[in-house]
Formats: sequence, structure tokens, C-alpha cells
Amino acid sequence: MDYTMQFSVVWNNVGLFIQGVFLTLQLALTSIAFGLVLGVLGALGRTSGNKILNAIAVAYVEFIRNTPFLIQLFFFFFGLPGIGLRLTPWQASVLALAINFGAYSTEIIRAGIEGIGKGQIEAGMALGLSKLKVFRHVVLMPALGNIYPSLVSQIVIAILFTSVVSQISAEELTFVGNFLQSRTFRSFEIYLTIAFLYLGIVWFVKFLAFLIQQKFFSFMQYIR
Amino acid sequence: MTQFDSMGAIATADDSKDAVIVAQDVEKWYSNKFHVLQGVSLTVHRGEVVVVMGPSGSGKSTFIRTFNALEPYQKGSIEIDGIKLTPNMKNVEAVRREVGMVFQQFNLFPHLTVLQNVMLAPVEVRGWKKEQAKQVAGELLERVGILNQANKFPGQLSGGQQQRVAIARALAMQPKVMLFDEPTSALDPEMVSEVLDVMRTLAQSGMTMVCVTHEVGFARQVADRIVFMADGLIVEEGTPQEFFGNPKHDRTKQFLAQILH
Repeated sequence: MDYTMQFSVVWNNVGLFIQGVFLTLQLALTSIAFGLVLGVLGALGRTSGNKILNAIAVAYVEFIRNTPFLIQLFFFFFGLPGIGLRLTPWQASVLALAINFGAYSTEIIRAGIEGIGKGQIEAGMALGLSKLKVFRHVVLMPALGNIYPSLVSQIVIAILFTSVVSQISAEELTFVGNFLQSRTFRSFEIYLTIAFLYLGIVWFVKFLAFLIQQKFFSFMQYIR
Repeated sequence: MTQFDSMGAIATADDSKDAVIVAQDVEKWYSNKFHVLQGVSLTVHRGEVVVVMGPSGSGKSTFIRTFNALEPYQKGSIEIDGIKLTPNMKNVEAVRREVGMVFQQFNLFPHLTVLQNVMLAPVEVRGWKKEQAKQVAGELLERVGILNQANKFPGQLSGGQQQRVAIARALAMQPKVMLFDEPTSALDPEMVSEVLDVMRTLAQSGMTMVCVTHEVGFARQVADRIVFMADGLIVEEGTPQEFFGNPKHDRTKQFLAQILH
């Protein structure tokens, strides 16, 4: 053990690390937002009772959840240009992450929807609400409330997944680490720092999730 | 049965304008072939309060749930305020706008405050402005005595309070008729009267009501007519005096002996 720690590589590149953190946050939040929309749509398909929509949703979930994320990412970035669709690394990353998160959240949200009592839906229908409005105003929020903790865990996984997109040179925190490492060979210091920065990002997002819970899901504490 | 069928038919012909609900020979089978409604006819006139009684499993809840298409039926016809209830979804929603329903389990929306529960349908279905809906909701909540809880979530209220909110929520759509499906059966005994009081006031205000209930006192005082169902049929109907004082059928006598102890 005659390795001398030299964290100067970190101090000297603080700006790059900060930029990496913000890029990762931006990447994660954008793709999670799109992914949530996909998840709600997928769950709607799974629970609609419409055989075709259900089949589409099942195929989507099965395909995405049973293939490696790295392959999905490579397909969007290296594969799609084969049919003339050329995406920037950033676009391919958002697309791949959103589609991946959408598949996992479809199953989580579906469970939430199935936990909503039949009486709730009947009450909505009896008031004259259309099927779609029953979903939007009666089912959606309590369903999300039911599965909020699982959804937040999945969001944390999705944040950590963003580091994979450094493989197609999308610029985010891991990319910054790889870049500095290749120049300085200070792997230990750099990756340890990066790890702590991911920890900080996850804590920050968990705090956001807590605020969202306070604002939108406070009703859950009164449900017996 | 035939006597009631023909009575129903005459009533429809004579004062069809005055009838809010005209159900004729309604038959329903569950998917397991159980014949839950075996040809039930009922005409409810404007301003009338009809109480439906009967042993559990007699089909009384199922019957009133066909009036707003929460239960599909296979034979017969149902007309609500002149609108034929057909499987066409457009028609179903038109009927549901005019029919208020109060459920045994309240079924308030847990993520909306009491006020939002009452405002939801007027805004989303009738297209009212929020301000207008809020004002009407406030008036209704005052009528049922819950205005001071308007900003709480349903889960913070007692069962009796929740059921009163559910009544206000249904009334906010300004329905032509109100259906009550065992509204006090899920309540603790000490909360039954506060809900029945609201229903009594509502009946006095001239609301057309069909109530499935086991509350004998309410039926005696408030009902214009009592309908007794057993085994998917209307066995007997009459005024409370006739029904409780001089029941004709053995099945009715047997039921009354059981519930009147």
C-alpha cells in the first residue's frame, strides 16, 4: 500500500463534477417524467379490459423487462440509424431510459389501480363521469398513493441506471468520471467522489419525493 | 306478478309525464345462470318515496342498481325521466346525470376534500365554473350539516358524516331521482339517525327517492309506498299502513315477523 491519495484531481475539476451532477439530474428527471407517462398509459392498457391494448402493454413490459438495458440503449443509438433515424447520445439516452422506466412503472402502477375498490369506480360512474374521467379523477391519485413507496424505489433505480448511458458518450456524471480518469489515472479518488455524488443525487430526489408526498398524497394517512 | 305488471302498464299510459322511473319486466341472470331478477316492474312518480324491503339475496339492491346501469339486465325495459336505458354508453351517461346514488359503503373519493368530492361531478360532467360549483357545494354541505368539515379528507370524518357528504355529492348533480342502497347498513348504530334525518328532510323537500333499507321506522314515517321483494320478484306493495298493518302474503308476514321481533 504505497498509493498516495491525491484528491487535488477532484478540487481542480470541481466545475466538471458539478456540471456532471446537473446533467445526470436533468437526464434522470426528464426520462422519469416521460417514463411515468408511459407507465400510466401502460397500466391503463393493462387494466382497460380491451384485449388489444392489454396485449400491446404486456408485450411492451415483457420485452423491456426481460432484455438488458445496455442492449436497449445500443439499439436506440447504434441500431436506429440503420433505418435512417439518427439520435444524439442525449436523445437516445432519454428515449431508452424513459422506455425502460415506463415498463417497470407500468407493472407498479397496474398493481395500484387494481387495489382501487370497485365501489370507488361505481361512485364515479354513478355521478355520470365518463370512463376516462373516472380514471383521471377517481382512480389515478389513490392508485399512485397506494404504490408511492415502490414507485420511489424504482425511481432511485432509474437514477442509478443513468450512469450506463456513459457507454454511448452521453455527457453526465459517469462520463465526467471516465473522462477525468483517462487523463489522470486517479481512479480511486475520482470514482469514490462520483459514488458520493450519486448518493447525494439520490438523497436529493428522495427529499423531492417526500415533498411531493406531503403535497399530493397526504390523504393516504387517513385511509383505513 | 301479473297483477302488478298490468298495474304498471296502466300507470305508464295514464301519467307517463309524471313517472320518473318506469321499469317493466326487468330480468337479469348472473353469469352463473342465477336468475336474480325474474321480471320486476316498478313505476316511481315524481315526488314519491318508495322503500324497497326484503331479505338479503332477494335482488332489491341489484334491482335499483339497474336504474343507473351499474347492473346490466337482459330482458325488459327501463325508462328514466323519459330516457330509455339502452346499452349505448351515451344514453347511460345521460341517465346517470339525472340519477343520484348513495351507497352502503359511502364510496367518497379519499384523495379529494369533502368540498372537492361534492364539486367534482358538477364541474366535470355538467361543465360548471368552479366558483359556481363551490357555491352550490357549500349550500349542500350546510344542508347536511358538514360545512365546517369542508376542507377535511373523507378519512377524517365519522361514517355518519361521510354518508351525509355522499348524499350532498349526489345532490350536487341536481338529480331527478335519488337511489339509496342500504345507506345506513354500514354505520355504527349511533350514527344511523343523523343520516336518516337528512333523508327525511330530503323527502319532505319533494325529492323522488327509492330506498333499499331495513329501517322500519324510516319506512313507516317517510315512505309513500313500500315494495317487498323476495327471490327476484316483487311479492307485495302498498302504503306503510297496509304493508306493516295488514300484510297479505305469507312471505311478507314471515319477513315482518323476523325484522319486527
